[in-house]
Amino acid sequence: MPKSPKAAAAVAERSRLAVRKTYKLYVGGKFPRSESGRTYLVDGDNVALASRKDARDAVLAARAAQPKWAGATAYNRGQVLYRIAEMLEARRSEFVALGVGAAEVDAAIDRWVWYAGWSDKIAQVAGNANPVAGPYFNISSPEPTGVVGVVAPGSLLGLVSVIAPAIVTGNTVVVVASTPQAAITLGEVLATSDVPGGVVNILTGKAAEIAPWLASHDDVNAIDLSGVGDAELATELERAAAGTLKRVVRPAPGADYTTDPGTGPMIELLEIKTVWHPKGF
Amino acid sequence: MTATATPRLSGLPDSPADLRTFLHGLPGVDKVGIEARAAALGTRSIKTTSKAQAIDLAIRMVDLTTLEGADTPGKVRALSAKALRPDPADPTCPSVAAVCVYPAMVPTAAAVLAGSGVHLASVATAFPSGQAPLDVKLADTRDAVAGGADEIDMVISRGAFLAGDYGHVFDEIVAVKEAAGPAHLKVILETGELGTYDNVRRASWLAMLAGADFIKTSTGKVSVNATLPITLVMLEAVRDFRERYGRQIGVKPAGGIRTTKDAIKYLVMINETVGDDWLSPDWFRFGASSLLNDLLMQRTKLTTGHYAGPDYFTLD
Repeated sequence: MPKSPKAAAAVAERSRLAVRKTYKLYVGGKFPRSESGRTYLVDGDNVALASRKDARDAVLAARAAQPKWAGATAYNRGQVLYRIAEMLEARRSEFVALGVGAAEVDAAIDRWVWYAGWSDKIAQVAGNANPVAGPYFNISSPEPTGVVGVVAPGSLLGLVSVIAPAIVTGNTVVVVASTPQAAITLGEVLATSDVPGGVVNILTGKAAEIAPWLASHDDVNAIDLSGVGDAELATELERAAAGTLKRVVRPAPGADYTTDPGTGPMIELLEIKTVWHPKGF
Repeated sequence: MTATATPRLSGLPDSPADLRTFLHGLPGVDKVGIEARAAALGTRSIKTTSKAQAIDLAIRMVDLTTLEGADTPGKVRALSAKALRPDPADPTCPSVAAVCVYPAMVPTAAAVLAGSGVHLASVATAFPSGQAPLDVKLADTRDAVAGGADEIDMVISRGAFLAGDYGHVFDEIVAVKEAAGPAHLKVILETGELGTYDNVRRASWLAMLAGADFIKTSTGKVSVNATLPITLVMLEAVRDFRERYGRQIGVKPAGGIRTTKDAIKYLVMINETVGDDWLSPDWFRFGASSLLNDLLMQRTKLTTGHYAGPDYFTLD
């Protein structure tokens, strides 16, 4: 028996054979199957089960997309994030049909808008013109960390709350999602929202299988462990990340994503560059 | 790779007319068949210890190349140093086969490579177009050899070849071979400009008959570079040539080979078609620049157990 609400509705109609969707990965702006060919069942839906090689391909896609995304103007990135909110709004019912609460979908849409607004303001908060003793301008300006591996928490709002703060400043992400249908549907939203391919890459599968490869990967600059529930796995990932001096984000367990996230999640994935420039005469 | 004087081959076509008859008497290439064969051989999966061996072999086969107008002595020195020790962090990593530069950069590279066993190849004969008078091409070749190059990568006159003037191309190769003296001669067919597989086969035979030690696919300066099917046609040509004349010729695909996966496909193809006689840097080379970093990253992945990133390797 199909368990997902959509499939059940189609069966109830009995007028035609429902076209059932296989939830594939979202990598480099495309929706490939896992290179391993594996799938698993989630609530009656077939979902691609990502392997370490999918993670490798996703990192390549994220790295390729990163310079151009970071080089886009903050204004432009804000527009793109706002566009995501628009597209998500249009597909509200799809998420509700997947069992995401209407209030949560609304909160997720609002979160995109909230982060969209930050794109051209975060530099003023995280950066500074420093007073120094000498004839210099001394300016600290934030720059994106680079490619961020994200183990996402298990809710749509949680997922948006870890992706948005990373990409708004110019990072690109490889996300290991634990709510596959909602995550890949979000991928479909991103794919139609002017988000360049590779900026967000979503893998569905087991965090314990994929995350260690992201944590140890030389070409991943930061890892966000928000969705890692198992303390032992989190420790192991932190240890692996230390091998390449990755920035590690590990919030306290049981984070409440409905509250105001503040600027913290964005600033954690920024590097500060300080420039000394001689003052003119 | 020891250069030997080419003995005059018995049964060699005597006149340009004979040469034409001979080249056009070669069997045509089955386009669909050769592409299907190359594609099928490209699907083999090479893993673990075999992969480690394939990567080391591929590194040893690399002709580390820089052929830019913007090449500086500093860049050539850096590249030559990299050729000697591709991965400074790992002493077990082999050196590449050769460094390939423009004639003007030969003395610079020679100063770094002298006595190391890494060969020094120079493109010559008005690379990449080949559109220059013969005496200019010969002077170009002699200069490169005098500067310390022990391998010469010459280009054929595609214009003459396509016009059917095979005798002209033949004589040019013979003249360059003579000018190159002890240096090994690689003849670039520029397959991307030859148009058909039949022409690739004819040009391969023409170059081999004229005394080439290596036949090379491309300059890397046109849109179509080395592909698996074209290299397969050339491999078949060197195999048939050895069968007929008893002399082994090397093959060098160049341009467009950027990943370890690509390189391993070539190695599989050699092994499955012409046999492991050609699985050596003496008989097979990759003309490449960015390929080396990918090989090193894959090598590092195998030794460290985690994925490597480009930040840890030189930019060149």
